[in-house]
Amino acid sequence: MSNESSRPKRMTSRGLKPAGTRRQFLGGTLAAVAGALVTGCGKEGMEEFLQHNFRELSKDELNQVIARLEKEAERTYGKKIRIGNEPPMQGVIYGYALDLSRCIGCRRCVHACVKENNPSRDPQIQWIRVLQMEKEKGVDLEAADAYYNPEEVPQEGHFYMPVQCQQCKNPPCVKVCPVGATWKEPDGITVIDYNWCIGCRYCMAACPYGARHFNWGEPTLPTEDVNPETHYLGNRPRPKGVVEKCTFCIQRTRKGLYPACVEICPTGSRKFGNLADPKSEIRYILENKRVFVFKGELNTQPKFFYFYGV
Amino acid sequence: MSLPPFRSLPLLLAGLVAMGSVLAAAPPPSPVVDPQDIQVPKPPFTEGIFPCTSCHDPKTMPANTKRRPLEGMHADIELRHGPESRWCLDCHDAGNRDRLHLVGGEKIEFTASYLLCGQCHGDKLRDWRVGVHGKRTGMWNGPKLYLLCVSCHNPHSPRFKPLKPMPPPVPPDQIRARRTRP
Repeated sequence: MSNESSRPKRMTSRGLKPAGTRRQFLGGTLAAVAGALVTGCGKEGMEEFLQHNFRELSKDELNQVIARLEKEAERTYGKKIRIGNEPPMQGVIYGYALDLSRCIGCRRCVHACVKENNPSRDPQIQWIRVLQMEKEKGVDLEAADAYYNPEEVPQEGHFYMPVQCQQCKNPPCVKVCPVGATWKEPDGITVIDYNWCIGCRYCMAACPYGARHFNWGEPTLPTEDVNPETHYLGNRPRPKGVVEKCTFCIQRTRKGLYPACVEICPTGSRKFGNLADPKSEIRYILENKRVFVFKGELNTQPKFFYFYGV
Repeated sequence: MSLPPFRSLPLLLAGLVAMGSVLAAAPPPSPVVDPQDIQVPKPPFTEGIFPCTSCHDPKTMPANTKRRPLEGMHADIELRHGPESRWCLDCHDAGNRDRLHLVGGEKIEFTASYLLCGQCHGDKLRDWRVGVHGKRTGMWNGPKLYLLCVSCHNPHSPRFKPLKPMPPPVPPDQIRARRTRP
């Protein structure tokens, strides 16, 4: 899908409520006063206040926004940061499969994800949660423990189920967002415009997987830990008061790379690929292995599958 | 003029035989992936041990093919893989120590050791070839690196070793939101 067609044109051009007009009105003298009052700072703060939703930005506007955000990020983190906006690839729908018979619960994925995606270190935010469950009980969330910490894993009689954003085909989080700050891209990744999110956390309440996380405090991210390769809709540094979540490492996968959690997994339990390509690994798994989706009864239709490889 | 049946029969038989040989000669759909397509990392040799022929030179050190417990060199290797009777030269080639050999005697490079493993673990080899068993890194839509069986499973003692888990998440009651940047 091309950059242009992936984003709906400005709402005005679709004959809907002319949101552009409201904003343009604000852009006048009133806005100058209101912007300065609300943000308490100068030109940049006002630009941020007046910024449109990512999907409504023209190419030029987006470049300006990105330039401003890169400057801000460099000032905050003392490091040059690239904020990309690679569009979805045509004919690609991302899918993920995780082999429950192989995962040993070592949490390498959790920490590789943190390293890649620039979440706050304190207060701590992690996009992947590994649940230790009892083999006798099967997938039973009441008997799941995310805080296990033995000397060695796997522990006798237990299996491990990492949970992250399931990239639902029918995402309840998108449905409830009152402002359209989160949506599903044509390649199947549900993304968030952190500059449009108002922090109401309806999406967190709607997500049955606990996959969304809120920046309750000002995020801390030491300069040496910042990953400077980012995407606007993915791992760029987030402000306080917005929701964030796994994006299948959008900054990597849209360039053809595997997500960071796939690259790190020492057991090779994590599989990733294009659901639309009949020759992909992911399709082989769906067609030949015993596969299930988590909480399938909710009809969220995840594109994250769990399977038993042996 | 048509041939009498007894004269056409040998022709028919010959035709059938010819057809059969053509069928037999046509290669069955081969599961073997072109080795060019499989990029594997360097096998995980002990530092400085390869090439093996730097010690196992057939001129200075003729192969001793007698099954015996090893003393001195390689005594650290504890073989815990398959039946008791298994030993070094079942896989390592006595004639050329820089190669392994398949059960049929065919010599293979260490980088193709998956063929050797697949002789017994055929189901795993099948899954490895399609990217289900084992690990691939690189590009989901381009060149990949396939880890060898021996990258994760020590061939002398193949069970996957337990790992120390990385730190658990901070429990919610210990998370404090900060008002400002420190």
